[in-house]
Amino acid sequence: MKALTWHGKHDVRIDNVDDPEIVNPRDAIIKVTATAICGSDLHLYDGYIPTMQSGDILGHEFMGEVVETGSGSTLKKGQKVVVPFTIACGSCYHCGKHQYSGCENGNPADNQDIARELYGHPMAALFGYSHMTGGYAGGQAEYVRVPFSDTGPIVIPDGVEDEKVLFLSDILPTGWMAAENAEIEPGDTVAVWGCGPVGLFAVQSAFLMGAERVIAIDHFPHRLELARKFGAETINYEQTATYDALMQMTGGIGPDAVIDSVGLEAHGLFVDNAIDQIKASTFLGTDRIHAIRQAIIACRKGGRVSMPAVYGGFVDKFPLGAVMQKGLTLKTGQTHVQHYLPGLLDAIMEGKIDTTFLISHRMPLEQAPEGYRMFHDQQNEVTKIVLKPGQ
Amino acid sequence: MPDIADRPYDDAPVSTSKDQDAAVRIATAEAVEDRGDSFAGWAVTINRPSAELYAWWRDFSNLASVMENVEAIDVLDDKRSHWTVKAPGGTHVEWDAIVTEEREGELIAWASAEGADVANSGRVTFRDAGARGTVVTATILYDPPAGVIGKLVAKLFQREPNIQVRRDLARFKQLMETGEVATNAMNPKQREEQAA
Ligand SMILES: NC(=O)c1ccc[n+]([C@@H]2O[C@H](COP(=O)([O-])OP(=O)(O)OC[C@H]3O[C@@H](n4cnc5c(N)ncnc54)[C@H](O)[C@@H]3O)[C@@H](O)[C@H]2O)c1
Ligand SMILES: [Zn+2]
Ligand SMILES: [Zn+2]
Repeated sequence: MKALTWHGKHDVRIDNVDDPEIVNPRDAIIKVTATAICGSDLHLYDGYIPTMQSGDILGHEFMGEVVETGSGSTLKKGQKVVVPFTIACGSCYHCGKHQYSGCENGNPADNQDIARELYGHPMAALFGYSHMTGGYAGGQAEYVRVPFSDTGPIVIPDGVEDEKVLFLSDILPTGWMAAENAEIEPGDTVAVWGCGPVGLFAVQSAFLMGAERVIAIDHFPHRLELARKFGAETINYEQTATYDALMQMTGGIGPDAVIDSVGLEAHGLFVDNAIDQIKASTFLGTDRIHAIRQAIIACRKGGRVSMPAVYGGFVDKFPLGAVMQKGLTLKTGQTHVQHYLPGLLDAIMEGKIDTTFLISHRMPLEQAPEGYRMFHDQQNEVTKIVLKPGQ
Repeated sequence: MPDIADRPYDDAPVSTSKDQDAAVRIATAEAVEDRGDSFAGWAVTINRPSAELYAWWRDFSNLASVMENVEAIDVLDDKRSHWTVKAPGGTHVEWDAIVTEEREGELIAWASAEGADVANSGRVTFRDAGARGTVVTATILYDPPAGVIGKLVAKLFQREPNIQVRRDLARFKQLMETGEVATNAMNPKQREEQAA
């Protein structure tokens, strides 16, 4: 089959690889009909995530048709499913608490040591996202082996377009959980850093959860425009002093909750701090101050900090004092996708959440390398790329 | 090993002591047979009843499916089993293990018999943890031999001895909780290659 494979920084290719087969009883094989490139994939593309190996198949946002099932799968051939990017067993303690991204049983034992050393605990397995998180082949491919297929994938009713439900795999639940972690109360003002897919779904979700105002922050006019369409007020951080603006816009109180949906590339705060230094010596160093620092500084006393954005290593100059002195609550984590799927599918079917607005480009799988380049270089216009294998 | 008395410092498991000599002394006096001076220990919580986990473990022939490098475990009689463990270059190390103590649903202790390629002893305890299932704690004492076998043992136990115990317990947990051992292999052939 054809698959998008990683070969190093800014080097992704379409390769011919073996088709996946059933390996464990609870597996299913999915024939991918639609798959997307994610902001998280850009972290891989830019070489920020360790434990990648040449030839790894990328992609964690995908859906498709069930073509094969193991003896323990509850899926049926021909069903259309969306697959969560987190691989969760459904039977461990964490799954029992619906903390699916804490699942202990999807990540092969030999891959658990690295995260154990870095974080104190092994990570749950994810599709197409380095060997620290399991080394599973991802969904930017014609076929995928899906473990625990009786627990993760959600069956989509007949006749529903792929594009409407594809984002259930990651960014919609991620934006939703980001808003939920902001613990929004009626009358609240929520500030959202980053108007990528995650930020834009966080904006929609925050309003649905009762926020009175949402202030969206980015520097891409087109992305800010999308946020405005959902009712957000906007701040372009290239033209505006973000902290001062937020203070005035909230009558000197500060936002009640802040959401960082930017992540480690806002300002290269990953294990590789050489990047931090390079950027600090350019104008980016003062202008594009790291979103999470700014969010914490702007957040009102006693407020909530929600951080869906991905970080991998250590962060310098983290304003821990502000967290303590202002009595802030910080909530974060990889999304517990399985927990949110039924409710969000309903919300889509009832028209409460708009998903397709996000898609700016569609292309066959074969053009995925070009898609990565575009998503990386032209973030203003390219909001989301959907790849369609076999077309 | 919560049932070992006389800890010199605190209430922590004896295998986590920074004073390995003292730890070995205490452990061998009270809980495990004296088969070496290197300690490894780890614990996992498994969301299954202790009786079920104990029964699975007590049938030692099962263990090869979750233990890396263990090629075969032949059960010789009620107390005695023969272990064959892979070594580089197609060779093996072997030993007989003898059950030295057992309490149904709670504890299994063993020690290697005379003539073992790698002397070892240890115990596995199963402690009921209510709604969370069962806490399974493994403590292993072993005697790293010199030479080629010593290198093998070092490899078996990875960079530090706990890693191998941790991985084996992680696989045990996966199998008991999900009915399968996690693998990222794309197909059965690749899975076999990874295991080789
Ligand atoms: N928690 C999870 O499970 C999960 C799931 C998916 C994605 N993510 C993460 O969420 C983050 C966002 O994902 P995405 O797909 O929306 O990415 P994206 O790259 O499309 O969007 C990021 C946006 O942030 C903006 N930005 C950069 N620096 C900024 C700054 N200093 N202030 C304000 N805005 C800034 C960029 O212009 C861009 O529009 C990424 O870190 C991604 O890895 C997390
Ligand atoms: Zn994603
Ligand atoms: Zn689980």
